[in-house]
Amino acid sequence: MRNTFVKTLVKLAETDSRIFVITPDLGFSVLEEFEEKYPDRFLNVGIAEANAVSIAAGLALSGKIVYVYSIIPFVIMRPFEQIRVDVAYMNTNVRLVGVGAGVTYGPAGATHHAIEDIALMRALPNMTVFAPSDPYEVERITEESINYQGPIYFRLPKKGEPIISNSKNEIRLGKANYIKKNIESEIAILFTSNASDLALDVEDKLLKEGYCSDLVSMHTIKPFDHAALAEILKTKKHIFTIEEHNVIGGLGSVVSEYIAESIYNPVFKRFALPDEYSHYVGSQSYIRDKFGLTAQNITTTILELL
Amino acid sequence: MNLELIAKEIRKSIVKMNAKSYASHSGTALSVVDILTVLYFKIMNIDSANPSLKNRDRFILSKGHGSSALYATLAEKDFFDKSLLEGFYIDGGELPGHLDKEAAPGVEVSSGSLGHGLSLGIGMAIANKIDNNDSNVYVVCGDGELNEGSVWEAIMFAPHKHLDNLTLIIDYNKLQGYGRTNEVINLEPLKDKLLSFNWDVIEIDGHNFSEIESALLKNSKQPKAIIAHTIKGKGVSYMENKFEWHYKSPNEEQLNIALNELL
Repeated sequence: MRNTFVKTLVKLAETDSRIFVITPDLGFSVLEEFEEKYPDRFLNVGIAEANAVSIAAGLALSGKIVYVYSIIPFVIMRPFEQIRVDVAYMNTNVRLVGVGAGVTYGPAGATHHAIEDIALMRALPNMTVFAPSDPYEVERITEESINYQGPIYFRLPKKGEPIISNSKNEIRLGKANYIKKNIESEIAILFTSNASDLALDVEDKLLKEGYCSDLVSMHTIKPFDHAALAEILKTKKHIFTIEEHNVIGGLGSVVSEYIAESIYNPVFKRFALPDEYSHYVGSQSYIRDKFGLTAQNITTTILELL
Repeated sequence: MNLELIAKEIRKSIVKMNAKSYASHSGTALSVVDILTVLYFKIMNIDSANPSLKNRDRFILSKGHGSSALYATLAEKDFFDKSLLEGFYIDGGELPGHLDKEAAPGVEVSSGSLGHGLSLGIGMAIANKIDNNDSNVYVVCGDGELNEGSVWEAIMFAPHKHLDNLTLIIDYNKLQGYGRTNEVINLEPLKDKLLSFNWDVIEIDGHNFSEIESALLKNSKQPKAIIAHTIKGKGVSYMENKFEWHYKSPNEEQLNIALNELL
């Protein structure tokens, strides 16, 4: 998805001279095309994330649309206070582009995992939180981000996630993206970001057990599509969320907060990573397995709840 | 234009604002007044009737706790009516204790959390370069603010990009939140440090108008750092060089003494 993001940005920058890219020394083998084509609008500030974010805000205050690219913990956690003041408080057109959602960088260790990012970013006023599930979503929302007012956080996975969206045209920032919809189904599975493979697998497993479910990619965590959620609550008995993020503060929290204040009383369960750092060494799938975040476990739990 | 009189008016506004609101940071606001006076009344290309003038010079007060000095200067320069200053740091007022760019025209950035301003200025200076806009960017940092690591990220970076349109002014008043600057973290040799990072460095008396002016006007091929030696609480005898006036506002009696001294 990061490649889709960069390709889309390179294309957009051809006609829009406001687009600017900053990296704090990351993105080797990813950002080169942008750098080669638009050297004046590309900046490697060195390993200095606070400086990167504030420079981005300074450029944005001068009319630029600035994408700051790095691995998630470095682009949003290291300079969090710069983001709070110079990006969120001043409502500048800075786009924080983080790669490596969840435990994408599995064996690299917990310093490189991103399990708290959605919680952090959605707590910031003015911040839009975009956590795409497939390349269509990335392409559409990157296009839409150009003329979008205010800051955006992009939570990108790193691997070659497949296209699962039905149509690129209907994807909009802040709108739920239905992957599967079935009037007959009583189950809705909401997922975000790099949990798409889990969600699809769970849906398939449930189908084999005779249960069909709606499958919805909630690529925008903030502003959240509460209207879509209300519609789901009106029509489904069972709601499940799946995400590769701490169970605290992510998609599951957004949905549960809404349900708690609503008139609905569905069967509801969040599937996410537990509130702990991983000391396991291994790939994304290995760590998911260690924490029980697998399609099989999720399916078994859902079947018990039905 | 009598810069001395203008600076006195600004100082009067500052002590009145801080007295009325019981706000702290009188001393830090007073130390930067002469620098602001020269910038706003002699140097910068700005238009108070058109604060978002495209080719304007930009000013960033990175030491946002000195906000009353900038608000007072902008009011003196007619960016807004002086009555707005009465709403500083009080219930229902319009000017928060630390700078909010939404609060008043002419405030370019929100600040108050330290160590952001120079990086913001770098972003603006780069934008000026790519837009072929020959405007300048001026950033004032406090000496205590140089404790922040992010400032040094910016100090390392600006000369690398040869930003000759960027000026950093260090308001070197020698006092910070918990004591004397060089006792908290010794900044010296500050000039050598900046020179070794490839800045063009000028050391001046930060209360001498002609020294401030000629330092600001000096041509340079590199970003320019002006180390301005200043006095905390400058202009009010009982505040000058007194640590306690980092976090204090004058009472009514003290205000009257200050206003008399500033006549």
